[in-house]
Amino acid sequence: MQYLALIYSAPENEPKYGTPEFGAMMTGYNAFTAMLKETGAFVSGDGLKPVTTATSVRVKDGKVETMDGPFAETKEHLGGYYLMEVPDLDTAIKYAAQIPTAGYGMVELRPVMVW
Amino acid sequence: MNAPDLTLNGLLDRTLRADRGRIIAALISRVGDFQLAEDALQDASASALVHWGRSGAPSRPEAWLIRVAFRKAIDRLRRIARDARQTAAMAVLARDEADEEADIMDDRLRLIFTCCHPALEPKSRVALTLRTIAGLTTAEIARAFLDAEPTMAQRLTRAKTKLREAGIPFVIPGPEDWPDRLQSVLAVVYLIFNAGYTAGPAEPRDLCDEAIFLARLIARLSPPGLCNLAEVEGCLALMLLTHARRAARVEDGVTVPLGQQDRSLWDSAALAEGLALIDAAMARRSPGPYQIKAAIAACHAAAQPDWPQIAALYEGLARFEPTPVVHLNRAVALAETGALQPALDLLDRLGPALAAYQPYHAARAEYLARAESFGPARAAFGRAIALAASSADAAYLAKRRAALPH
Repeated sequence: MQYLALIYSAPENEPKYGTPEFGAMMTGYNAFTAMLKETGAFVSGDGLKPVTTATSVRVKDGKVETMDGPFAETKEHLGGYYLMEVPDLDTAIKYAAQIPTAGYGMVELRPVMVW
Repeated sequence: MNAPDLTLNGLLDRTLRADRGRIIAALISRVGDFQLAEDALQDASASALVHWGRSGAPSRPEAWLIRVAFRKAIDRLRRIARDARQTAAMAVLARDEADEEADIMDDRLRLIFTCCHPALEPKSRVALTLRTIAGLTTAEIARAFLDAEPTMAQRLTRAKTKLREAGIPFVIPGPEDWPDRLQSVLAVVYLIFNAGYTAGPAEPRDLCDEAIFLARLIARLSPPGLCNLAEVEGCLALMLLTHARRAARVEDGVTVPLGQQDRSLWDSAALAEGLALIDAAMARRSPGPYQIKAAIAACHAAAQPDWPQIAALYEGLARFEPTPVVHLNRAVALAETGALQPALDLLDRLGPALAAYQPYHAARAEYLARAESFGPARAAFGRAIALAASSADAAYLAKRRAALPH
């Protein structure tokens, strides 16, 4: 099964660029991605630029409406994702728990729909 | 007692009541889907009445039901098969069906772990376990948790859909996950027990009995050499020791405190079994919260409770569960050893955390009275009465308050 791991965190909890914590986080992400690739669970994965760069789009009465900012005003923002191919939810949880952001933010696991 | 119903209907009812958990577990393990298994069992039950009527009852009705339900599940899958996964499931089913004489494995332990999966809401874990393993009806579960039946039915459907769609595996977790997952299972069992304890024995299906049944099942089916078997035994012992006192707990609608209960009303067989289980668990040298709670219950069952021992056990328990309620119990044990002032000091420190907790005010009232602070004791009884969950508790507390000297 494929699971999308959506990685959320509140900006104030994230390690600041240039600090040792930031370095540890980056090392953690590199190691995690390498491990996923090694086990064959990695399908894709990326980090996202901050929500200050987000644009929300919808179409209303045939007209495109854009909005500056994310769709939902929440404290925790979507900051990245992994798409994983694993046998079941238990394996997905095991991997999600190793995503560095899970230590100060939250990872939401969503099974990918099969058509 | 009614005479046993000798009709085919009666045989089917008895089989389903006694073996539903086993049958469903065997079906789910093959078809991998709760709803499909339940639907297939229903189909098989309907056809049982027709076939048994025509050719006589089978020698092993439960094996017959499992076999026929397999076929019904294949039929259902054929009708809905759309993707590769379902086609693969069908192939597995067809293979198993050919293997008719194979012994039916007891898959209930796997089923319990699946029903108590931490990806489900705690209340859904309880409901699903009661429905699937214990075989309670949706209506019975709804009544036990004071929910409307449609609400409970919805909850069960949501949980079964999540199990299927989220890819929750139907497995006993591996050794590294076993301790956490077993905690989740035992928490569900103990929640069921507590729901039964609070409701009292009035309900037709006593949830305390169901919880004890589940704990026995887990203890019996758990693989040997398991490091946490001690906690399973501890949980079972705790429930047996508590349940043994049920006939003495309430008299004329008033709660009777442990020390004043009529011991001749206690169930001596359950007590003996509980005590033996604690010994067996302790011998495994893998301490845990359920074993400590069971040991405390055993101390209370003794003719003279050993309060210094109980206080020490609560101190040990606080290392596993550092909650205000555990500290409250430690304060009570301390007070009973005669250390009244240290106990009252500890109670004062717990005040903010337990302001809305009835037993806190009841205990504080008792020990204030013992320390002859009758005014504050009266006020504390008042708060405890206002917070009492049952009229039996309120009646007991009012009696105590009226006995205070003026």
